Amino acid sequence: MDFKVHVWRQKNRNSQGKMVTYELANISEEMSFLEMLDVLNEQLIGRNEEPIAFDHDCREGICGACSAVINGVPHGPEHGTTTCQLHMRSLKGVRELFVEPFRSRAFPIIKDLVVDRSAFDRIISAGGYVSVNAGSAQDANNLPVPKEAADKSFDAATCIGCGACVAACKNASAMLFVSAKISQLALLPQGDPERDRRVSKMVKQMDEEGFGNCTNTYECEAACPKEISVENIARLNCEFLRSTFISNEE
Amino acid sequence: MNLDAKIPSGPIEKKWAKHKFDMKLVSPANKRKYTVAVVGTGLAGGAAAATLGELGYNVLSFCFQDSPRRAHSIAAQGGINAAKNYQGDGDSIYRLFYDTVKGGDFRAREANVYRLAEVSNNIIDQCVAQGVPFAREYGGYLDNRSFGGAQVSRTFYARGQTGQQLLLGAYSSLMRQVSAGTVKMFARTEMLDIVIVDGQARGVVVRDLVSGEVKSYAADAVVLATGGYGNVFYLSTNAKNCNVTAAYRAYKKGAGFANPCFTQIHPTCIPVSGDYQSKLTLMSESLRNDGRVWVPKQKGDKRKPGDINEEERDYYLERKYPSFGNLAPRDIASRAAKEACDDGKGVGESGLGVYLDFASSIKRLGEDAIRERYGNLFQMYEHITAENPYKQPMRIFPAVHYTMGGLWVDYNLQSTIPGLFVLGEANFSDHGANRLGASALMQGLADGYFIIPYTIGNYLAGVKPNTANKVESAEFKHSEEEVQQKIKKLLSINGSRSVDSFHRELGLIMWDHCGMARDEKGLKEALKKIPKLREEFWKDVRVLGDGEEFNQSLEKAGRVADFLEFAEVMCRDALEREESCGGHFRTEYQTEDGEAKRNDAEYCYASVWEHKGDGVPPVKHKEMLSFENVTLATRSYK
Repeated sequence: MDFKVHVWRQKNRNSQGKMVTYELANISEEMSFLEMLDVLNEQLIGRNEEPIAFDHDCREGICGACSAVINGVPHGPEHGTTTCQLHMRSLKGVRELFVEPFRSRAFPIIKDLVVDRSAFDRIISAGGYVSVNAGSAQDANNLPVPKEAADKSFDAATCIGCGACVAACKNASAMLFVSAKISQLALLPQGDPERDRRVSKMVKQMDEEGFGNCTNTYECEAACPKEISVENIARLNCEFLRSTFISNEE
Repeated sequence: MNLDAKIPSGPIEKKWAKHKFDMKLVSPANKRKYTVAVVGTGLAGGAAAATLGELGYNVLSFCFQDSPRRAHSIAAQGGINAAKNYQGDGDSIYRLFYDTVKGGDFRAREANVYRLAEVSNNIIDQCVAQGVPFAREYGGYLDNRSFGGAQVSRTFYARGQTGQQLLLGAYSSLMRQVSAGTVKMFARTEMLDIVIVDGQARGVVVRDLVSGEVKSYAADAVVLATGGYGNVFYLSTNAKNCNVTAAYRAYKKGAGFANPCFTQIHPTCIPVSGDYQSKLTLMSESLRNDGRVWVPKQKGDKRKPGDINEEERDYYLERKYPSFGNLAPRDIASRAAKEACDDGKGVGESGLGVYLDFASSIKRLGEDAIRERYGNLFQMYEHITAENPYKQPMRIFPAVHYTMGGLWVDYNLQSTIPGLFVLGEANFSDHGANRLGASALMQGLADGYFIIPYTIGNYLAGVKPNTANKVESAEFKHSEEEVQQKIKKLLSINGSRSVDSFHRELGLIMWDHCGMARDEKGLKEALKKIPKLREEFWKDVRVLGDGEEFNQSLEKAGRVADFLEFAEVMCRDALEREESCGGHFRTEYQTEDGEAKRNDAEYCYASVWEHKGDGVPPVKHKEMLSFENVTLATRSYK
C-alpha cells in the first residue's frame, strides 16, 4: 500500500505547528497504524529529520496512551478501536492520511501528536475513588452485588482515559469520561456514602479544566474505542442533579 | 555482598504475624517528616505510593508515562489468584503457597511465598472495597476461573481486563492521596539514577521528559517498582516503553541482581507476522480453560484446520500431561509448542504456531457464553489477525512475557543497598524460575498494599529524617553530572543507525541464544556478540534532536544502552546455571522425555550478581535456598 501522509508537526507547546506531507510506499496491510508511523520515523531518521513524536505504550488497546485524529476521526475510522489496534488493512482504498493531535483547550500540545491530558488525572483526583484505606476492608463476599449491576459497572469502568471523547466533541466536553467513572461507582454499593460529594467535586474540576458542556450529539460515543455508552452521561446528569438537592457541601 | 534474607524465625504460618509485631514503628506524628520516593506507578508502585500516603508519609511518586494510570500492569488480562476457597474446591493458603513454590520449580524463597499466599485474600477484599468490578455470579458473589499449574479455581477476574481494573483501583487510591496532599505526582518523569549517601539510598535523579531538565529529589528511602526487563528481547508482550534502566542503575550503584536468566516465555501469544513488527500480543492463559491446544499429527500438513479430522490432530498437552491438560504451567506449555514446531508440525505460513481451538467449548456452552468470558480477547485477536476465532482456531506461539529475575531483596523487600526497596516484577522474590498465571497481579499488590507499608516503617524508624538541602550535596551533583554526560554523549555520536535497529539486533541475539532453549555454545556466542554490538552502538547510533526538549529517540537510546549491558549479565547467569529449571531450559540438561532436569545438589540457590565496574566481569554470589516445608521433588504435571 502507498500513502501520502500529512502529519501535524509542532516543535513544542509555544511554537507554531503545521501539516507536513510525506510519501510512504510499500506498507503492509498487516501493519498496525503505529507500525506504519514507526516505518515512517525510521525513514525520517535515515534522512536526518527528526522523527514524529507520538504517545504509545501497550499497543494492545488498553493503556490509553495512543491518540491522534486520523482523517478527521479520533483513533481513525474503525469503530471501537484505538489507534494502536487500527490496522492498515482497514484503510484499503485510502490514498491520503491526515494525522493530527487531539485538539482541545484542556489538552495543550506538547510536541507533534503528543498532548497533555493531565486534566483527566486532576478530575479523578477530585473525587473518582472510594475512600478506603488499605487494610480496612471486610471480606469481599460480605457485599454481594447483583450481577447486572456489576456488569454495567464494569462496562463503564473499561474507559481507558484516552481523551478521544473530548477530541471528537465540538464542545471539547469531557462528560463521557467523567460519567464513566461516576457510573462505575454509582452502580455499586461501595462508596455510596460519598456519592454526592464525588459527583459535585468531579464536575467542578471538569469545568475548571476548561472542558465544554454536553449538547447531546453523541460524537463521543461514536469515537470511544471502548464503546462507552452515552447512557452514562444521563446517569451523570441524574447523579449531579441528585447531589444538588441532597449535598451538604457549599 | 551481604545476602542475609532476614527470614523471621518460627513456623512458616506464624512468621509474618510475628515479624509485624517485632518490627519498629514510626509514630503517626513523625511519619510526615519522612520522604519516600516511589518510582513506577503500576500495581506495586501505585499501591505502595497510595498506602504510604494513607499512612501519612510524604511520598514522591514518579512515572515515565503521561499518567500513572498507564503503567503496564494495565495490560494484564486473565486474573488474580487468592486463596479464598470461595468455590469450596479444596483451596487454602497452604495450597496456594505449595503450588507457587512448585510452579516456580523450587527456586523461590519459602517464607516470602507463604506470606504472599497469606495476604492474597486481603487483596481481593481491598480491591472489592475500592469498587473494582470483578466478575460475579447471579447470586451476587464473586466468580472464579482456573489458571495454569493449579487444580483449583482460585482466580478472580474482570473479563479479560483484570489488570486494568486492578490498576485503576490502585490509581484511584493514589489520586486520592494526591488530592489529600500526601503524594506529589511526577508524570512524564523518568528515573535515570539512584543516589547513595553514606551507603544508604537517599534519592533519585530524574529527567523531566517534557522539558528535558535533569533534576534531583532527596528522600529518606527509595522504592523501585519499575517492572521487568522482557524488552531486552525487543519483541515481547511488554509495553513498548518498559525497560530495565531504573533497576540496572540501582545494580550499578551496588544492588545485587538476582537470577537475571529466569525469564518467562508465555505459550499463548499471537505469532509474528513481519519484520516491521513492534511488539507481540498476549492471548490470556485463561483461554486455556476453554481452548484446546493442538497441531496436525502429520508434519507439514498445510490443510485448513477445519479440514483436519479429529483423529489427525495431536492435542499434545492433553496427551502428555493428562492431569493438568491444557492448563499445564507456562514454561511447560511453551516448550511443548516449540517442540511441535521444531518437529515440523507448526501451523500458519511461518510454521511457527499451534492452534488454540474453542470449537468444542462453543459446541458445549454456546458462542454467547464464550463471548461473555473472553469477548475482548477474541476481538483483539480478530483486529490483529483479521481471523474470526469463533469460526476458526486461534494461531498462537510462545513469546517473552515476564521476568522472574530482578533486584535481590530480603524478607523486608529491601535490596542490598539499605533504604532501597524493590517491589513487584522488578524484584526476584516470589516466583522462582517460573511464575504461575494470575500471580503477578497478586505479587504486585501484595508488595504494595500489604508488605512495604510495614517493612519500610521498620527501616525509617532507624534513620533520622534528613532531606533538607540534600540535593545540593556532592553525591547528588555527581549523579546529575553523570546523567548529563551520558545524554550529551548519546546526542553527539550522530552515527548512521537508529536506536531501534540496535534494539532489534540485540533482541534477535537474545531470542536465539538466551530464549526458550539455551546451551553453552550459544550463550558463549551471545557473550561475544553483545559487547561488539554495544561498541557499535556507542560509535554509530543516531539520536536526533536535543536534550532540552521532549525527545523520544533520546529516551529510547538511554534504555537500549542499558539493555546492551544488562543482556550480558543475563547470558552470564544462564551460562553458569548448569541445570534446567522453570523458564531456564538448558538443552544439555533434560530428561529422556525432554523435561527440565534440575540439579538441586549444586544449584539450589538464587544467583546474585554484583557489579564490579565497567569492563570488569560481575561477581556471582549465592543465596542458598532451604526448603523446610515443601519437599524438593521433580515437578510433574502428568
